Amino acid sequence: MYSSVGVINDERSAALVQWSWRGLMVLAAVVLLALYSFDVYEVIIIILTAISLALMGQNWPAFRHHIVTVTVFSLFAIWTYGQDLSLGESNFFLNYVLASQSAFMWMSVLFFMATVTYFAGLLMRSTFTEKVASALTWSAATMGMVGLMVRWRESHLMGPDIGYIPVSNLYEVFILFAVMTAIIYLFYERRYQIRSLGGFVLLVISAAVVFQLWYSISKGAHQIQPLVPALQSYWMKIHVPANFVGYGTFAMAAMIGVAYLLKSWQQNTNPQGLLATVLPDFAVMDDLMYKTIALGFAFFTLATILGALWAAEAWGGYWSWDPKETWALIVWLNYAAWLHMRMTKGWNGNPMAWWAIIGLFVTLFAFLGVNMFLSGLHSYGGL
Amino acid sequence: MPDNSNSSTRHHTLGQRLFLFLGSMDLAVTLFVALAIASIIGTVLQQNQPYTDYLIKFGPFWFDVFESAGLYDVYSALWFLAILTLLVISTSVCVIRNTPSMLKDMRNLRTHVQSKSLRAMHHQKQWSVDTDEQKSADNLEAALSNLGFRVKQTPKEGEVLVSAMRGGMNRLGYIFTHLAIVVICVGGLIDGNLPLKFAEWQGKIKIETRDLPTSEIPEISRLPVGNHAFRGSVSIPEGRSSSVVFLAMRDGYLLQNLPFTVEVKEFRVAYYTTGQPKLFETDLVIHDDELQAPFEATIAVNHPLFYKGYAIYQASFSDGGSFLTLEAWPLDKEAGKEPVIFETKVFENRKMLWGEQSLRLEVTSFRLFNINPDPTDEDPDRLRNFGPSFSYKLRKNTGEALEYQNYMLPVERNGREYYLSGVRASPAEDFGYLYLPVDIDGGLTHFSHFLQRLQNENIVNEIAHAMMLGTLAEINNQDKELEQSLQETLTLLVATFVKGGFTSINTFIETTLPEAERKRLGPAYLGMLREMLSRIYVGGSLYQYEVGDPEKNTEIQQEELLFFQDAVDAIASLARYGSPVYLYMSDYEHVEASGLQITYAPGKAIVYIGCAFLIMGIFLLFYLPQRRFWAIVKANGSGTEVLLAGMSNRNPREFDLFFKQTAEHLEAVTGNSKAK
Repeated sequence: MYSSVGVINDERSAALVQWSWRGLMVLAAVVLLALYSFDVYEVIIIILTAISLALMGQNWPAFRHHIVTVTVFSLFAIWTYGQDLSLGESNFFLNYVLASQSAFMWMSVLFFMATVTYFAGLLMRSTFTEKVASALTWSAATMGMVGLMVRWRESHLMGPDIGYIPVSNLYEVFILFAVMTAIIYLFYERRYQIRSLGGFVLLVISAAVVFQLWYSISKGAHQIQPLVPALQSYWMKIHVPANFVGYGTFAMAAMIGVAYLLKSWQQNTNPQGLLATVLPDFAVMDDLMYKTIALGFAFFTLATILGALWAAEAWGGYWSWDPKETWALIVWLNYAAWLHMRMTKGWNGNPMAWWAIIGLFVTLFAFLGVNMFLSGLHSYGGL
Repeated sequence: MPDNSNSSTRHHTLGQRLFLFLGSMDLAVTLFVALAIASIIGTVLQQNQPYTDYLIKFGPFWFDVFESAGLYDVYSALWFLAILTLLVISTSVCVIRNTPSMLKDMRNLRTHVQSKSLRAMHHQKQWSVDTDEQKSADNLEAALSNLGFRVKQTPKEGEVLVSAMRGGMNRLGYIFTHLAIVVICVGGLIDGNLPLKFAEWQGKIKIETRDLPTSEIPEISRLPVGNHAFRGSVSIPEGRSSSVVFLAMRDGYLLQNLPFTVEVKEFRVAYYTTGQPKLFETDLVIHDDELQAPFEATIAVNHPLFYKGYAIYQASFSDGGSFLTLEAWPLDKEAGKEPVIFETKVFENRKMLWGEQSLRLEVTSFRLFNINPDPTDEDPDRLRNFGPSFSYKLRKNTGEALEYQNYMLPVERNGREYYLSGVRASPAEDFGYLYLPVDIDGGLTHFSHFLQRLQNENIVNEIAHAMMLGTLAEINNQDKELEQSLQETLTLLVATFVKGGFTSINTFIETTLPEAERKRLGPAYLGMLREMLSRIYVGGSLYQYEVGDPEKNTEIQQEELLFFQDAVDAIASLARYGSPVYLYMSDYEHVEASGLQITYAPGKAIVYIGCAFLIMGIFLLFYLPQRRFWAIVKANGSGTEVLLAGMSNRNPREFDLFFKQTAEHLEAVTGNSKAK
């Protein structure tokens, strides 16, 4: 049988669908801009968001479903809430499904289930099981996104001066990380037809979810706290998500690295073993590692530069050698070196896989370690 | 950076070899790693802290070692700048070496390829059509043009070569990214403090380490208005202005003159209902001779003011010399009887004469809000506002000082109210607190009255005498010596207690009583003291009892008893309090100072341009693959043979698909396929 694994899936949606989707995004942006008043930065952010959603969804049916579901669920939750935050505990739908905390719980459970199902599909060599796992991952990402949207509204219901976009503390960005990584993975899963890597990528997402649950239960981190003055800026709306595209793809690259090394190890010991036969070809994984790191690097560069622009507005200089900035530079240098070795020296194989994994630890330190062990200007969300 | 390490270096001159070395990938990656590691140092070791902190942390030996390695300010240490400079040079060499060939490659359609090399390519396809050679070539050219390719036909011997290329801008991506690194580093160096270091090294400027008033700072530590970058800070009280900022340099500072004057009109803090700060903002007035009139602006965190290339930020806030009205309640006998009211302000340093003691009063701070965990609440996270407080030091002539922190409003503990005053000998210690009980009239009068009675020898003697007579009458004593000694003991107990609290009483018992009798007489001594204190108190009680309301009177009595206990406890700890007076803040006028950061960064525009190039470059490099197609069209009998080949410098997997689709498309448009 001809295996489609690793072959680029370039399926395009019908022109009518494409144009309807683009039109819907334009309409959504226009309605938003007409109904509410925004400052110029927010207008730019809304327009850019509409453009990116239009581009991402035009040939990707699952993404379109995701966006529509998130919108419907979120609007329903917002409508149910009305002006009364206490409904979150008394209304059936909010309390059990749509209030941000409930949605995050669903997200967590679904991510765990997806992880297990992906590995089950891998062990049973069952494409159907893997498809179920994909569906679970989509559901988890949808619930996570709904939770973030609803939390945004909840913060506004807490007080007119409190509301803020929920990417402002460590708890919230962990959810953002899980959702972003899942969607990035799902993109490549479809494009490269590589469901067998799902379990590996979902492992790192599950780890993030475990951390987020621990953080919430032991430290009460899920409580919405008003923003300190330094974080009250439109820059947050672009700096943080851009950064998490970077973190998400770096995490994914590292997990592909793990799969790569496992396959490489099994190929030497037992060439007919499960991993050696089920996981995608080395060339495919190698290419994916490069693709994800390149994407992550591009967005991480963008995010760091946006961060510098913000710093120039908030801290008195575009670069202060604050520990978080410095670690961002270290992460950047690390992947810059990785890309140079790959692109010009043509390095590939196990060393690059190892390096991608080490890169995740460097990234993890920049993301978490700095907040835990070092003090500096990025001192929100301490542990 | 294409790798040229395969090319032989044997025949190169030293200069060429140096050029090759500087532009090599190995050096570049080594520098990346070196820079990363050096950067880590600066995040692990907190930078630009007061040098005394480092000295305490590392001890004198390592302090010196680290200082000479520049570890307290890694990012402007010479060796760090050397790495950066080397990276800039290495990248520049790469750009210089590769740009010409890249630019050429961007335009070059490679019209010299042979069919042999096309056949050797991974992506290739062959087909025949029945259209003639030229027509086929024209069709291919048109089709490739439509796909966005640049196309060129080259007639060759017996065949036509069609060369096409798309995404040549990918090469610009290389140039942009690498040039951007150079540009960003150059901009960054302009905004760094290298020129200042150089001037210091030349001896033109000298870092000031003493704490001097602005007017006394010597000329050599002042920087004129100029074009050099700086990042300085200044704290300006409301209603005052400044035309200088302070640049922190290692263990001292420099004074930077500004071409304008910044006046702070008002500083404001707004709070959320939860007590967290919501907004810090300052109303500024900029005075500049070049302006027709001064202009006003409001800055806040995230909303700086940009003026003449200078940026003015809201960075912090502090006290700007708040006016305080203080009442000095005497605790020491020598310090008088009535509270003395005087006025002072934060940061004032004045000599006070309390009794025979001359002390310097240094008011260090005033805080309007003290939002601290509530010790009476079970939830340690619940915060409560304890109201205004002020801090001061009392310095003896010997230079020793105790630090105090007094709260204006009474604090509740176990249902009773106290004036709270913390004391400590050094900032490293926690405050020990004195709890002065608030009397029934809401003040300190009763306490002060009781304390003064205890300090009054006549009163104490009189009461001791009466108590002695009463005690001895019970045992029918006639011994004059016993009378004398008992009275002396009683007065001595009170005096000892007033001087040193229960600790001194214990010492007194231990030194005057033989060990055998201590167990029996010790408690008796304490009992006698308690009785004395109680009699002294009752004799001067200021409490008003209503005649004919026994219930009310019982209540007052209860209250008075508790007050007495609290007063005794407070007096017992006065020895440790170490101040001849208790300073009560009866009024204040809060004056705040806004902490401004003022920066001048002429390299900022350069850095931003570099950043824009970096972003453009990265996206071009990753997402605009350079794709080339060649077709050799050759007449073959009645029809034409087409050999198509293609290559891409990025994303080979996507190119597989692209080549397949494009080849099919081209085959369809070249002409009618000739059945084979």
